[in-house]
Amino acid sequence: MKRKRTFKSYCLGIESTADDFSVGISTFGGEILANVVSAYIPPEGGIHPREAARHHAEVASKVLKEAFKKAGIKPQNLSIIAFSQGPGLGPCLRTGATVARALASYLGIPLVGINHCVAHIEIGKLKTGAKDPVTLYVSGGNTIVSAFDSGRYRVFGETLDIALGNCLDVFAREAGLRQRVGEPFGAVVEKLAEKGKRLISLPYTVKGMDLSFSGLLTSATNLLKKGEYKLEDLCYSLQETVFSMVTEVTERALAHTEKKEVLLTGGVAANKRLQSMIKTIAEEHDAEFCVVPSEFAIDNGAMITWTGILAYTHGVATPIQKSFVKLRWRLEEVEVTWVR
Amino acid sequence: MKQPLLIKKGAEASLYLADWHGRKVIMKKRLPKKYRLPKLDEQIKTYRTNHEPQLMHEAKRAGVPTPTIFLVDIKGATIIMEFIKGKQVKQLLDEISKSERLYLCLKIGELIGRLHECGIIHGDLTPSNMIQNSEGKIFFVDFGLGEKRKELEARGVDLHLMKRALQSTHFRFAEECFNAVIESYSKVLDAETVKNVLDKIKEIERRGRYVAKRKGEEE
Repeated sequence: MKRKRTFKSYCLGIESTADDFSVGISTFGGEILANVVSAYIPPEGGIHPREAARHHAEVASKVLKEAFKKAGIKPQNLSIIAFSQGPGLGPCLRTGATVARALASYLGIPLVGINHCVAHIEIGKLKTGAKDPVTLYVSGGNTIVSAFDSGRYRVFGETLDIALGNCLDVFAREAGLRQRVGEPFGAVVEKLAEKGKRLISLPYTVKGMDLSFSGLLTSATNLLKKGEYKLEDLCYSLQETVFSMVTEVTERALAHTEKKEVLLTGGVAANKRLQSMIKTIAEEHDAEFCVVPSEFAIDNGAMITWTGILAYTHGVATPIQKSFVKLRWRLEEVEVTWVR
Repeated sequence: MKQPLLIKKGAEASLYLADWHGRKVIMKKRLPKKYRLPKLDEQIKTYRTNHEPQLMHEAKRAGVPTPTIFLVDIKGATIIMEFIKGKQVKQLLDEISKSERLYLCLKIGELIGRLHECGIIHGDLTPSNMIQNSEGKIFFVDFGLGEKRKELEARGVDLHLMKRALQSTHFRFAEECFNAVIESYSKVLDAETVKNVLDKIKEIERRGRYVAKRKGEEE
């Protein structure tokens, strides 16, 4: 019987910053009972925020039901509701927040607004056992190198323009590639890159600890349109260049902070070539290499759930009247009360 | 020559303290990066080893102290330069009083101004790349990511990096330090350029992924 579970405390977390709507359920001890993701795949072009939000609203009840079923608990068993309050796309965030507010007020339980970037780091720490890592967080919306210092996750390096994942996605779309459920653009580019042999020179733009990908994307797209190079070679060169750039910055953060762990997270963390590069620098600096399992590397509800528990048990709650979404909520603005 | 002593293993290069014809020198060697493809690695190493001494030389001409270059070995990706005995500004900032800190930042701002005035972009302006010697003279080092450019964009990014470096490692007094840097920077370049550079910094910040105000939005 499920009876003894009713003695435990549970948190439900909702993630909806971009193209994924996801619900996670976890015990306060960090046992993840459900992590259901529904991805919105645009018929063409990039993510249209309104269309993605419409998808989220349509699948919300189905995803919630499935999560409860997987976790084997009822809504009445929940102690708190966590949701991604930002940063992200406005319409998508608002849809998730609306579901979260409705649940919290119906059940009469506290609501906890979570920063999406912090959640990526926290789930990474939970899943890999990392305690105090330098984190490289690379996804379609973010490219951040950070490490904890004096109460916050400080940003050591970040993109000055577009995110690394976005750079790969746009290039893939320009090349007429297609993504599917379970095989995002990044995976398609990775597959093609494996067949590439020739390194084509592309702009390598590292500015201090920061990065820039937009010029590189333009250059790669122009070469693509010229049609002089094989797509495989272009994918190979694009990957080698952008990954070398983020690895260089991560290594500098590692040398600077002298931390003993490197954590790779975010959707792009699934890329094997990037993993091998980060592993190489970790070894050179006698640091442990940690990579988040792909289920928890992409945007997922479980990371919001787990961070919600950490925040709530350390005095953080978000009254409904203050639960408006924060589209540009920076990582380093969050006071991380639960670390040290 | 005595065995060179590794004094810093940076991410980009290793620094050795060595004896070179009876002189105490710094040997900066860019080691191959195993994570990069050899061809890409070679390109980056050669470019930076070639560029860095040129920029350091031009910085001197602009009135910004830099270590004197003694030898450049492109093939070995090695630069031999003067050893500056002193303390990193990064360390100093945490040790000195508020008034000393402001004085130091005012001096730094002036030096950055001189670099920019002469079309030099440092590329990695952080307090750890500035050394104060026993006479109080501040040396700028590590021009490996530098460029020769005069565009507002390049100048803005350069200063933005300084601000970011202060925020990430000296967050307690980042604002007062950066304000002092800007105050004296403004005295070197003409008023219009300074205004445009400052506007550019704001624009760069707004361009960032997640900031309070984005490009095109009302103040």
